Amino acid sequence: MTVRRASWRIATVTALRRESATSRTLVLDVPDWPGHLAGQHVDVRLTAEDGYSTQRSYSIAAPWRRTQLELTVENVRDGEVSPYLTEVVEIGDELELRGPIGGWFVWSAQQAEPVLLLAGGSGVVPLMAMVREHADQASTAPFRLVYSTRSAVTAIYRDELERAAGAVLQVDWIFTRQAPTAGGRSAGRLSAADLLVDGWLDVQRPAIYVCGPSGFVESAATLLIAAGHEPGRIKTERFGPTGDQR
Amino acid sequence: MAIVSRGFAGRARTVAPELPPGQYLVDDFPVLSAGPTPRVDLDSWEFAITSETGVQHSWSWRELRALPSERFTVDLHCVTKWSKLDTAWGGVSLDTLLGAVGTSADYALVRCYGGYTTNLPVADLRDGKAWIVFEYDGADLHPEHGGPARLLVPHLYLWKSAKWVRGIEFRADDKPGFWESLGYHNYGDPWREQRYWGD
Repeated sequence: MTVRRASWRIATVTALRRESATSRTLVLDVPDWPGHLAGQHVDVRLTAEDGYSTQRSYSIAAPWRRTQLELTVENVRDGEVSPYLTEVVEIGDELELRGPIGGWFVWSAQQAEPVLLLAGGSGVVPLMAMVREHADQASTAPFRLVYSTRSAVTAIYRDELERAAGAVLQVDWIFTRQAPTAGGRSAGRLSAADLLVDGWLDVQRPAIYVCGPSGFVESAATLLIAAGHEPGRIKTERFGPTGDQR
Repeated sequence: MAIVSRGFAGRARTVAPELPPGQYLVDDFPVLSAGPTPRVDLDSWEFAITSETGVQHSWSWRELRALPSERFTVDLHCVTKWSKLDTAWGGVSLDTLLGAVGTSADYALVRCYGGYTTNLPVADLRDGKAWIVFEYDGADLHPEHGGPARLLVPHLYLWKSAKWVRGIEFRADDKPGFWESLGYHNYGDPWREQRYWGD
């Protein structure tokens, strides 16, 4: 098998969208991009004037639309690259990127089974690419997104998700610190009750995608398995520090 | 040739140790895995090496722990760009385990609890380059990091150091493992930055 190397490409920033206090979407023009699947990521390389360079991976936030590639980046405290992408980059700047990377944590409209998406924090980004692809392709596969975030202030894509929710997309918010209105689910972490929801039980055999910080993914996967879902149907993607030395 | 990123300074790099290209240093120990963490019962745990002719040698947990083990310190390099230096491990050298198994095969396919696989040349398992480890930083290896036992082959990117290892199969042919079938490099040498297909 002859495989062409995923080469570094120059992307130009064409638009910027503030998504929350700490996150921003970069819309990039990449003329020779080969396309990608929902859930894949890219490597971004920055180079300082003295030649020092560093790379990080970021999830792609939307399906490939002609020449536009969207990344949503969360500003990681003490990070080296994310503060630059969320605070410094301006329209017209160029970034180097290569990809798409990752052939496992992906969804395509050829999949007809129900899909359960569990997002923790900025782990919603690759899952949002799946939600958008699902809408773009007018897929009738039932989708449920359970999105855990601290509060309405930290939520990314909130307006778009509220608008998109409907017959084939159920959106459930888990506010871990502060719930926005009285009467809804009270604030607290993802629990067994959040998963024992009609239509989304183990007997419906949904394909499950979990993305978020390691602690969120670990506890979500444990709850899913306790609820009877087969480990082989659960795909996970983790990011960020563990926060301990284990 | 790289383009300069306007307004990007990067971290102070006067103390940055020599790292493989494209890597950055972390102090914590990130967790990455493609699925849920398997919970493996030590009473039924087994590690087996299968030769290319189908002969199998297996070890129970107790038998593995009765073998001579060593403590050693190595650097880790993950394909997702982080590197962690001076990590302290305890385990059994693959040389000890391979001593029980005769093989002239060139390739190995590693199999794990949970279904993960990875492939590498048998030569990369020999001569003090690979271990089955069960201790990290002086304590039992945590399940999220591959406990009760994982393969450790620190001279290759960390996806080759399969967590929750259950066996190694020697083969005449080179069969790509999980990530190797999904776009990641077949060999994965961090010093040659072999991250993806074609690198």
